[in-house]
Amino acid sequence: MLLEVKDLRVEFPTRRGVLTALNGVSFSIAPGEVLGVVGESGAGKSMTGAAIIGLLEPPGRIAGGEILLEGRRIDNLPLAEMRKIRGKRIGAIFQDPLTTLNPLYTIGRQLVETMQAHLPLSDAEARQRAIGWLEQVGIPAAAQRIDAYPHQFSGGMRQRVVIALALCAEPQLIVADEPTTALDVSIQAQIIALLKRLAREQRTAIMLVTHDMGVIAETADRVAVMYAGRIIEIGPVRQVVRHAQHPYTAGLMASIPPLDRKVERLAQIDGSMPRLNAIPPGCPFSPRCPHVFERCRVSRPELMPAGATDAACWLHDQPGASA
Amino acid sequence: MIAAKELARHFDVSKPWLQRTLAREPKRILRAVDGVTFDIPKGTTLSLVGESGCGKSTVARLVVGLYPPTAGQVLFEGKDLAAARAQPEMRRRMQMIFQDPYASLNPRWRVHDIVAEPIRAFNLVPDPAAQRERVAELLRQVGLSPLDGGKYPHEFSGGQRQRISVARALSSNPEFLVCDEPTSALDVSVQAQILNLMKQLQRDLGLTFLFISHNLAVVRQVSDRIGVMYLGRIVELAQSENLFLRPRHPYTRALMEAIPDLEMTGRSRTPVGGEVPSPISPPSGCAFHPRCPLANDRCRAEAPAMLDGVACHAVQEGRD
Amino acid sequence: MNRVARFLDSDLFWSFRTSPMAVASALVALVCILGAVLAPWLAPHNVLDLASVDLMDAFKPPFTEAGWTLGSDDQGRDVLSAIMFGGRTSLLVGICAVLFSTVVGVTLGLTAGYLGGTVDALLMRMADVQLTFPAFLVALLVDGIARAALPQEVHERIALGVVVFAIGISTWPQIARTVRGSTLVERNKEYVLAARVIGLTNLRIMATHVLPNVLGPVLVIATLNLGLAIITEATLSFLGVGVPPTQPSLGTLIRIGNDFLMSGEWWIAIFPGLALVAMVLSVNLLGDWLRDALNPRLR
Repeated sequence: MLLEVKDLRVEFPTRRGVLTALNGVSFSIAPGEVLGVVGESGAGKSMTGAAIIGLLEPPGRIAGGEILLEGRRIDNLPLAEMRKIRGKRIGAIFQDPLTTLNPLYTIGRQLVETMQAHLPLSDAEARQRAIGWLEQVGIPAAAQRIDAYPHQFSGGMRQRVVIALALCAEPQLIVADEPTTALDVSIQAQIIALLKRLAREQRTAIMLVTHDMGVIAETADRVAVMYAGRIIEIGPVRQVVRHAQHPYTAGLMASIPPLDRKVERLAQIDGSMPRLNAIPPGCPFSPRCPHVFERCRVSRPELMPAGATDAACWLHDQPGASA
Repeated sequence: MIAAKELARHFDVSKPWLQRTLAREPKRILRAVDGVTFDIPKGTTLSLVGESGCGKSTVARLVVGLYPPTAGQVLFEGKDLAAARAQPEMRRRMQMIFQDPYASLNPRWRVHDIVAEPIRAFNLVPDPAAQRERVAELLRQVGLSPLDGGKYPHEFSGGQRQRISVARALSSNPEFLVCDEPTSALDVSVQAQILNLMKQLQRDLGLTFLFISHNLAVVRQVSDRIGVMYLGRIVELAQSENLFLRPRHPYTRALMEAIPDLEMTGRSRTPVGGEVPSPISPPSGCAFHPRCPLANDRCRAEAPAMLDGVACHAVQEGRD
Repeated sequence: MNRVARFLDSDLFWSFRTSPMAVASALVALVCILGAVLAPWLAPHNVLDLASVDLMDAFKPPFTEAGWTLGSDDQGRDVLSAIMFGGRTSLLVGICAVLFSTVVGVTLGLTAGYLGGTVDALLMRMADVQLTFPAFLVALLVDGIARAALPQEVHERIALGVVVFAIGISTWPQIARTVRGSTLVERNKEYVLAARVIGLTNLRIMATHVLPNVLGPVLVIATLNLGLAIITEATLSFLGVGVPPTQPSLGTLIRIGNDFLMSGEWWIAIFPGLALVAMVLSVNLLGDWLRDALNPRLR
């Protein structure tokens, strides 16, 4: 395994007590694998990514569990060492390319500096490689545009530059947080195609965090569904999309408006995800769940085998039952 | 009920006069909307779809009179919009629902006052007790509790705030609602709740909708007719089902092609290349020609007119 | 929850309670304000009543005689009482000046930001021109013009008002600019658009929707300006052009004491000076805390 996350717990101390933002999150990613992480806003998907790259917003902190990169713990490293890992071994792509790019430097300079910080390259070599990366991510006339500033690129092109920047130090893992959300559908399709190709050709593992099930379905090999700070279902993407085992996943899939037909009434999950300060005891989904029974309200289910996926749902603890 | 005739709205995005004069730069005009014509019969929904910068939100704002048009006109029941909006009774009949549930409610007002604002502005229910009852009824109608009236917006989730927005829009008993991306800031499961609510209200109250969205799947669920916009113009306008069964304009086809496929049938998608050009300096002729697989010399030189619901030389010449 | 309970439970109050600096400055400010406001009842001597002042009491050193804790000045006035009455004038002028400049600044800033176009350009160029002069110079200039233009007896009657106007008018551009900036952000938010769709008048939208949402930064600037206004008034009075001699302020006291600073009677100038520092510093520290507490990016 390239990345292993074991029983990760992230807490936010506030003046009204400690909020548990992530609770018992465990998963792993193999080299070259694309793991999709979906969930609604506030489910903890972005925070999982931030914890892995060591960029949790204070006062958030890792309060339990382990994060291992190739078997070595990285969740408790000093800041300086984590900075070296970030960039060299783990790259990051965020929703807004402007937060990653420095507006004062040409994109060429940013690429060259990133590479030279992690790889032993001369100036000329690094520049040559930078042009190569820009071509790789599909920027036309890369040799000329390398000396342009970020504001001279359009949104889609900027996100390509960010991807090049994340890739240029040849990391083993990329954490991509909503990389296509700010982009129009036609540009989104181009970026997804690019990410897929890179995962395949460079054997780079990708943790793809998004709320868009369509993007996951197209790109990911496996998918983890998060709800109220927990993974409630994880499995091969095809199985999760077509044969969701957790009632929440099933409801989520059913509520996506279909493109190929008009329906009178969309399936909807009533209510909304609980706030972190009011997570119910037992299964956090129980107040909204159509299949809820007594056990769900009192004790919390862990992930357990369910069909071809793993789901945290007591329905699967009974022999022969399914959602 | 409502109609737009050759509607256009240009924005002056030039630098300040002094700077521009010193640098000898010409004025820069952004043609956000450039000749849009449609009508919406009573009780039906027209949707406008397109990517960011295509002018769909500007059309929404023109139609409720937030901007005056640069050219063309909006007709509300046959009357020019500016004249119609001079009368409170006509203003009462049109309302708008916005995209961002975090910006569309005044954070310093209680929900009760937010919902009651149109009632007070048009003096619909002068008696305070009756007003309270009316607000409670509206909150129930959108699926909230009457007790929520005493709370502030920050105490609600995004979906609940959008319900408050809907309640405010309904409070003046409007007949025409403009919805500018009402669900695009919401999570999917909540989006379904809001879409169902809006369809329900349309059935119950006979509302007429102008619905703005970038999401084709959402648009298919709510529309009777759909206009596809590109760079300030409608390139295709058709009955909803016809548009999805037989998309004709190359841009419409490209849009549908670009949507990620949940069914994963394994069809190989060819994403449309290039990006939306700047509306400050749009391409000559048909604005889509630099990205269009069917473009020829005529497309580069001559802007196609809207004929039979589609504005494309290739379709009109039978080259598609 | 009622308003008091809501306030006690708010993030703002919590941030206040957990900041020792804020609590300490608030206490100091409270002592200054109470001392000034309650001077007629608390002060050991009424220094404004010339009949009660006795030259025989002049130049008492501090901490030597009961009832004359901080000593007395050349006229036989109790320094502590003079500070309390002087602080009263300083505070009154400061608060009125800040209120005046805030009302002017908020009104003009809101109008400029909301209406935009020519009105905006005109008001902001006015502000720009004024900002090229130091605020103190503007106050001095306005005060000087009033002195020269008004007949003396008229000026004496409204002298305090003239100082308030002079100081207030010198600081409005800063507030107007801040308010204009926030207004530009708020007026494009969708809740303002919703009000415009209903067809509310600009005045009503500005007053009920925009104004409550731009007041946060104004509160910070107004607090910081209060310290500045008190200092400006003290400086004017120190130069002998501010408040009339019949209503001495802390600045007047320092000017009087200044003559005796080198001749051994240091307390006549030093104690009013310390009172001024305590008042201005506590108000400024409160303003700094308020700025940090209201800035979501620092939280």
